[in-house]
Amino acid sequence: MVNEVNIDPKSRADMPTTSYSKPVIGATGKTGSWRTFTPKIDYDECSRCRTCWLHCPEAVITLDEDGTPHIDLDYCKGCGCCAEVCPKKCIAMIRVGFDEEESA
Amino acid sequence: MKTELMSANYAAARAVMSARVEVVPAYPITPATTIPEQIALLNETGQWPGQFIRVESEHSAMFACIGASSTGARTFTATSSNGLLLMDEGLHWATAARLPIVLANINRSISPSWNIHVTHDDSMSKATSGWIQFYVSSVDEFYHTIIQAFKLAEDERVLMPVMVNADGFVLSHTLSTYDYLEPEEVDKFLPPYKPPHWVMDPENPVSHGNIVFPEHYQEFRYAMHEGTHNAMKVYEEVEREYKKLFGKYFGGPIDCYKCDDAEVVFTSQGSVAAEAKDAIDELREEGYKVGNARMRMIRPFPVDRIRELGSRVKGFASLDRSVSYGYGGPVANDIRATMYNTKHRPIIKSYIGGLGGRDMTVPDIKEVILDTVKAVETGETGPEETWHDLR
Repeated sequence: MVNEVNIDPKSRADMPTTSYSKPVIGATGKTGSWRTFTPKIDYDECSRCRTCWLHCPEAVITLDEDGTPHIDLDYCKGCGCCAEVCPKKCIAMIRVGFDEEESA
Repeated sequence: MKTELMSANYAAARAVMSARVEVVPAYPITPATTIPEQIALLNETGQWPGQFIRVESEHSAMFACIGASSTGARTFTATSSNGLLLMDEGLHWATAARLPIVLANINRSISPSWNIHVTHDDSMSKATSGWIQFYVSSVDEFYHTIIQAFKLAEDERVLMPVMVNADGFVLSHTLSTYDYLEPEEVDKFLPPYKPPHWVMDPENPVSHGNIVFPEHYQEFRYAMHEGTHNAMKVYEEVEREYKKLFGKYFGGPIDCYKCDDAEVVFTSQGSVAAEAKDAIDELREEGYKVGNARMRMIRPFPVDRIRELGSRVKGFASLDRSVSYGYGGPVANDIRATMYNTKHRPIIKSYIGGLGGRDMTVPDIKEVILDTVKAVETGETGPEETWHDLR
């Protein structure tokens, strides 16, 4: 079968001729666990400019209708691009384990 | 079928037409240049309706082939020497992606020293990559082997790319007759390519080349090995069908001439292998029991055929127009390795010669064969390898 995917092959016979995967959410697990720094948006300061949403290399930032950004921490790898490009400098990068709210 | 007079390169461009190739990404390099040049011309004049992609390097050419073949398009390219080496990363990618790309490599010496004439070092350096490799001896054989190569590469049991090698200038730029087949005739032999395994399709998307951990990587490599290995028996079927349809047969993986009662057999690749028939005829007249084994396919290696020959002969005179620097001639090495796991012990002499386009004429080939005849008579195996005509 063309483009058939078996994610848990038991033997060679179950494997395709070359490695490929289907685009599904989290095919290789919750990559958010790779994070060393966690972005935290200060919504009082945020101007809803969408610059972070545009630049996020993992496309894990979604927007509300009014442009309010939300970061999916299940898959955010903590690269910090959003904090770097934020014109208001209102995204803080906090070392994992150092934020009481996150650990709560 | 109609007979035409052309150079091997011009004929290769016609094979692209006959096989209904859909995409040709190519970058010019002497002596392969006239292949893409002719394909571009056939395209511009409406004789070949495919897509010709002008790229900025051979590396890009091979990766454009990979992209095109991934969508299921029949894909071809041509190169030489340093161009083949610049493709290197792509050559290995194509084998692991299991893409049936066909590449015409016009054998040319690697620089430095700058030399545009034939040495087989370029393609021999890719012998461990998984690419199936043919070496041809005539314009007609080049044209038809390219068409056969698509059938072989696209077979579900194979799904590996094929390199068809022809000697620079001696074949690439020399005019000879060949029998051209119209695309309508080839249709009977070569149906359109439909990838049976994976395909780049926006309607059914997959992400290719993802990370594979140690639990599974080795199995993908085994599958590649199996694919190239299977090419030996599949090619037998391909040739049988081709012969039935078009009356063309070039001798299988090893084209033997007067080998039946031979005591010493001369092996070589490319144009020298055709020249050697004259040397055999002369030596036969002089009373020597000698034969010519023209090595058409070196990957997969024709183990069974060599063992069958090796069980009957007293000696192999194996000429490589290439060197595995530090350890002899590449094909001679393989012949020796092939015979080790049998009880037969013919003398296997390795000769290196004809590098940089130096002529290997009938007297040269006779000298090589007679050296092995002498080794068989005296039982002296002599040096590990012999450089013929070394100044």
